[in-house]
Amino acid sequence: MIINSRFFNRSELIGFVALAALLFVILPLSLDVFRLNLVAKYLTYAFVGIGLVLCWGYGGILSLGQGVFFGLGGYCMAMFLKLEASSPENTKIQSTPGIPDFMDWNQITSLPLFWQPFHSLTLTILAIILVPGLFALIIGTAMFKRRVGGTYFAIITQAVAAILTILIVGQQGYTGGINGMTDLRTLKGWDIRPDHAKVILYFFEVFLLFGCILLAQFIRLTKLGRILVAMREQEDRVRFSGYSVANFKIFAFCMAAIFAAIGGAMFALNVGFMSPSFVGIVPSIEMVIYTAVGGRMSIFGAVWGSLLVNVAKTGLSESFPQLWLFGLGGLFIAVVLAFPNGLSGIWADYVQPRIDRLLAWRKPKPAKAWTDSSVADGAPAE
Amino acid sequence: MLIGHQPKEFLLAVEALTVSFDGFKAVNDLSFYVEENEIRVIIGPNGAGKTTVLDLICGKTKATSGSIQFRGQELTRMKENQIVQTGVGRKFQTPSVFVDLTVFENLEISYPRGRTVFGSLAFQRDAAVRDRVEEVAEMIFLKDRLDTYADELSHGQKQWLEIGMLLIQDPDLLMLDEPVAGMSVSERAKTAELLNRIIKGRSVLVIEHDMKFVEDIAHKVTVLHQGQILSEGTMEHVKNDPKVIEVYLGH
Repeated sequence: MIINSRFFNRSELIGFVALAALLFVILPLSLDVFRLNLVAKYLTYAFVGIGLVLCWGYGGILSLGQGVFFGLGGYCMAMFLKLEASSPENTKIQSTPGIPDFMDWNQITSLPLFWQPFHSLTLTILAIILVPGLFALIIGTAMFKRRVGGTYFAIITQAVAAILTILIVGQQGYTGGINGMTDLRTLKGWDIRPDHAKVILYFFEVFLLFGCILLAQFIRLTKLGRILVAMREQEDRVRFSGYSVANFKIFAFCMAAIFAAIGGAMFALNVGFMSPSFVGIVPSIEMVIYTAVGGRMSIFGAVWGSLLVNVAKTGLSESFPQLWLFGLGGLFIAVVLAFPNGLSGIWADYVQPRIDRLLAWRKPKPAKAWTDSSVADGAPAE
Repeated sequence: MLIGHQPKEFLLAVEALTVSFDGFKAVNDLSFYVEENEIRVIIGPNGAGKTTVLDLICGKTKATSGSIQFRGQELTRMKENQIVQTGVGRKFQTPSVFVDLTVFENLEISYPRGRTVFGSLAFQRDAAVRDRVEEVAEMIFLKDRLDTYADELSHGQKQWLEIGMLLIQDPDLLMLDEPVAGMSVSERAKTAELLNRIIKGRSVLVIEHDMKFVEDIAHKVTVLHQGQILSEGTMEHVKNDPKVIEVYLGH
């Protein structure tokens, strides 16, 4: 009997090393700062993707509203940066100096109460985690305790995304409206705009990404990870094994929200602005597509999916702007119909076996490969 | 309360239980009592409400009125997972196991520890868990298939796995819905042997159509018809009850 208790199995370890080599060495050495910053932008969606792997791939909870949490995280970060950029010296031409420019344009004369905590970086970092986490907790509790799931849940998350977008656009004086929060300059006095800052922010983001990958992998390997899989298949059996299914769904949804929020905060830092166009229905669905293309059952797949689809998006929309949306839609349909496990599924089904065969051929006598002995034993007892 | 007047306490006391689905009373004013270590079999024609009774006890369906007391605790107000934690285990009619998990993982999930979100994050697969899983796997004839995905098991093996998942919970009341349905003859014999072994030391509530099987294991038989009790007693008594012969056995 083999119970695999290692943190990564062999193919996961290869995936981890390959991704680390790509993001830490190959891309920084081969791309100019502009392109590297684009990669940083694409990778912010990888955070969302990792959350979706846990919540959708493992837990079977499809959220079409991850843009909400991406946006909440992003706006928390942007509010801090905007406040710092709106120092009285920088804004002395305004009728009320010391408040963000869009407030001044909207005849708001003092900083609203909910903006006050964003003077502090510590509170901002807490808010990036807690605001989306609590919001997901409220939505999750309201839905899952009432046993709302599947398509209904997906539709409700869409509605929430639509509502939040309308709210942000409508409350221009408090949120910057449709333009979002632009002209973000410094983080604790450190200018985030020049090239060397972009490079440092890229590496910071990649470190965080690997932190999230490790955390997600840890969760996946605990009994909770197996309960998520069990729940996706036989919800009732989990319930009648003594578990509160709703609590586990709420946990998965909250974790996905927090991962998405970290991605959003990184977006605000790396791209230098935040706007409602990253919150609504369309970006939320795009995030799901990135995950589906990469493979919803694979943490690494989600990262690759976010990278590759966005590279294709940039490439295609630079040359054929009208075609891109059709391409994205077609890609999603193709993945769902032909490759439900996405790129990571194609890798595991077609590429990996060939590599294995090649390695086995080079080493004539493999030292006790870890094949599943019980499968080979074949016929059942009787 | 009725229980107070009884010389001994019942493990399960179902009283005046009624459930109505859009006016149709699937279970109508039903009362019955199960003692400690009793094997009770529920029989009855299709649509008599047998499965509904089990659904009501385990909380899958909410009662319209009436009460279900288990060791003096009212089950009708509890959630499914709380009912499991008081010691009621339920096996479904169609095998419901986790096909994307291995036999070991299936059994491990049912191990009664770390059932909260954070408990399951901190759960460790220690020697106690491993020993218990292997012990149960041996009982359900799946000892050398621990690493097999449940997907690859035969129908009968899935049924055994689900029985094993209940065993590992160690419930005081075990509820089985047609445990030998759809099994081959040899699987049936093995299952009967398995059930005879695991019913010791606990109360069991079984729904079954296989009369030979019922005769083998039942202490007492309850015959349901149209959501009500038609007859109750030993198999001998029930078999000779003219009402039962008319609606059920006679056909």
